[in-house]
Amino acid sequence: MASVLSISNLTKTYASGLQALKSVSLEIQKGEIFALLGPNGAGKTTLINIVCGIVTPSTGTVTAAGHDIQRDYRAARMKIGLVPQELHVDMFEKVIATVTYSRGLFGKPANPAHIEKVLRDLSLWDKRNDKLMTLSGGMKRRVMIAKALSHEPEILFLDEPTAGVDVELRRDMWTLVRNLREQGVTIILTTHYIDEAEEMADRIGVITRGELILTEDKTTLLQKLGRKQLILQLQEPMNAVPAELAEWRLALRAGGNELEYTFDAKSEQHGISSLLRRMGDLGIGYKDLHTDQSSLEDIFVDLVHDKGGAAR
Amino acid sequence: MNHHAIWSIYYFEMHRFLRTAFQSIATPVITTSLYFVVFGAAIGSRMSDVGGVSYGAFIVPGLIMLSLFSESINNGSFGIHIQKFTGTVYELLSAPVSAMELVVGFTGASATKSIMIGVVTLLTASLFVPLQVLHPWWMVAFLVLTSVSFSLFGFILGIWAKGWEQLSIIPMLVVTPLTFLGGAFYSIDMLPPTWRTITLFNPVVYLISGFRWSFYGTSDVGVEISLAMTLVFLGICLATVAWIFKTGYRLKN
Ligand SMILES: Nc1ncnc2c1ncn2[C@@H]1O[C@H](COP(=O)(O)OP(=O)(O)OP(=O)(O)O)[C@@H](O)[C@H]1O
Ligand SMILES: [Mg+2]
Repeated sequence: MASVLSISNLTKTYASGLQALKSVSLEIQKGEIFALLGPNGAGKTTLINIVCGIVTPSTGTVTAAGHDIQRDYRAARMKIGLVPQELHVDMFEKVIATVTYSRGLFGKPANPAHIEKVLRDLSLWDKRNDKLMTLSGGMKRRVMIAKALSHEPEILFLDEPTAGVDVELRRDMWTLVRNLREQGVTIILTTHYIDEAEEMADRIGVITRGELILTEDKTTLLQKLGRKQLILQLQEPMNAVPAELAEWRLALRAGGNELEYTFDAKSEQHGISSLLRRMGDLGIGYKDLHTDQSSLEDIFVDLVHDKGGAAR
Repeated sequence: MNHHAIWSIYYFEMHRFLRTAFQSIATPVITTSLYFVVFGAAIGSRMSDVGGVSYGAFIVPGLIMLSLFSESINNGSFGIHIQKFTGTVYELLSAPVSAMELVVGFTGASATKSIMIGVVTLLTASLFVPLQVLHPWWMVAFLVLTSVSFSLFGFILGIWAKGWEQLSIIPMLVVTPLTFLGGAFYSIDMLPPTWRTITLFNPVVYLISGFRWSFYGTSDVGVEISLAMTLVFLGICLATVAWIFKTGYRLKN
């Protein structure tokens, strides 16, 4: 598959001095659904806003559908649709007027049939002559989506499309996203709901503190996410894992200098304390210990936490 | 050239204007009428003619200019400022629209409104005093140029302002004094020599003078100078807008 969006070494330092992105590189394949996960303030919106032209990058390049977003911004932006995280609408306008306006703004000739289709797909057709201020929040979000789809973009950014929407709209949104994918639209979305990423995405990227710490196929990632490793640096190297510690299924690493314990991060009963106690009983000392992919775990816990206060 | 975008912005802005057409037109009509009652009828009857023109007629071009200035600045600044304020500006920033197209759409709509209001003011004035327009094409030229320049100025203001207070402070602190001291209600010949010299540094003098010349053929300064000054002002505004978009000043992070 060809790459439709190519981000390389992108950094962003805001005027406040805050470095929101630290050299992010990412390739998005044509037609895929990519979910960007990460805690609040990780830089998701910053990344999206740079690609869409709302924020200027400090360094790095982005090409969308083969066009450099800065040099060739016109061609690039015509291919891109954006549903921003915040609700920004013209309160006094009518639904159909604001959607029609968006199409024109993106350089497409008027096409009432397409506008009608978009509004119908989003169940907005009956409300087309309503002023935006009379709509509910979820309805306003639909209008934002309609605006983003008005010019038939090839790449669609959905920045937290399901934040604060009800179950029904969430389902509608998923259906819509799938339909769009069938039409060949590439979709990049951010979410705090891991089940949403699980449900929809082909590939997942995790960003934290401005760094894209991993991009992975959904299936691969879900296996990885559930696992975590505890690494113990031993005071004295050993040749084999003692039989007394067999139940933890430990692995010996670094020439017998490290013990590695892999456990399921999701389970409450991970057995770390009992392992350490047993090691104490056996007189096996360790100089240091650390957990691998701990930042990933942070994010994961954060995401799971958001999902409904599950594990921590 | 994204002419669909220019047209969309223009249409959108005009639409917003037409939604409030009554207020938009009523305000200048009422204001102008008040000026005529006070300056034309009450005070004007005791004033001598200025350069062979009755005082009531003399102040008409200045009054039209006054409403052009304030309308253009208001209209020009409001459209973009409200978008910054509500956040809908995200769409403009992410659209395949060049700075020039954006400016043409916004200031085009703003100038159109101002010209409409200028014409309405003129018609209102004609109810109170006998008017003549010696150089109609020049009049139109000044009307259009002034509307465009001040709409552009307003547009810059709308981008620059961080809030509604800032938005109103420039018109209040700078533009209103300049217009009142710009010869709208008097010929600068009436001033003592020192003040006359000082007045010549006021760009508004040239606009009002040139506009008045197109009506009555008399002016405080040469019409060429008036035209040149108008174009200079327009040029400065254009350059500023170009710079704003080049640097993203107060638009982008
Ligand atoms: N205009 C700005 N000026 C200065 N700092 C900013 C600006 N916008 C964002 N930031 C900072 O940049 C960092 C990344 O913000 P960003 O909005 O990209 O996060 P996010 O991943 O979208 O978070 P969330 O999940 O809360 O939406 C944050 O620390 C934020 O405070
Ligand atoms: Mg965000």
